[in-house]
Amino acid sequence: MDSQVRLLTAPFDPAALLAAFTAGLPHAGGVVSFLGQVRAGEGVEALELRHYEPLTLPAMRDLAVRVRGRWDIDGLLIVHRSGEMGPAEPIVLVAAAARHRRDAFAAVDFAMDHLKSESWFWKREKRGGIWHWIEPREQDFEDIARWG
Amino acid sequence: MQARLVFLGRLEDLAGCADHDLAASAPLDWYDVLGWLGDHFVPELADTVAGDKVRVAVNGALLGDKHALVLADGDELAFLPPVSGG
Repeated sequence: MDSQVRLLTAPFDPAALLAAFTAGLPHAGGVVSFLGQVRAGEGVEALELRHYEPLTLPAMRDLAVRVRGRWDIDGLLIVHRSGEMGPAEPIVLVAAAARHRRDAFAAVDFAMDHLKSESWFWKREKRGGIWHWIEPREQDFEDIARWG
Repeated sequence: MQARLVFLGRLEDLAGCADHDLAASAPLDWYDVLGWLGDHFVPELADTVAGDKVRVAVNGALLGDKHALVLADGDELAFLPPVSGG
């Protein structure tokens, strides 16, 4: 199955997308998925992700090609939100389907590390009615470095 | 010649706008662009953009070396600060 890579500007239903993804992959023995959502608490009222149209989706597609080239998986789903989101709202969904689970786990882990630190998104949070841009965390660079 | 500048992330706050049109009598190199930014925005914008952490793309193509920039008529120049996705 071709990779499915989507950049969405409206809320999405992770369960529905995952169900549709797995329905197309009856021969995969394992499907691993990761869902990232807006963390509630710490005074965060809203989160906004901005993207740059000419770069963001093409780079997500390139990432999907790299993942497919690195692991033996039968299907790959990458869905990323842009725009304003509230607490507990889904931000990112990555799923990989494979004959055996280890490739699927690794593919999702790799894709998430690269989405976090290399994708063309800029994030800001609203706290106390004021927007603050979020700088990349050192941990994100360490996460990506382990893939060599 | 006329070009469009796009400011991503916190650069938008420094510029006070997400994009801005630039008009000049001839194509601009990187240092011309920094000078133009200095003339039209707060000094911190040009200083930040000149730093190593900000990358640039022309018409959706990343430049390996922004000092090699030549900005011509109809181009879109995007300033890309460090990303923070997911």
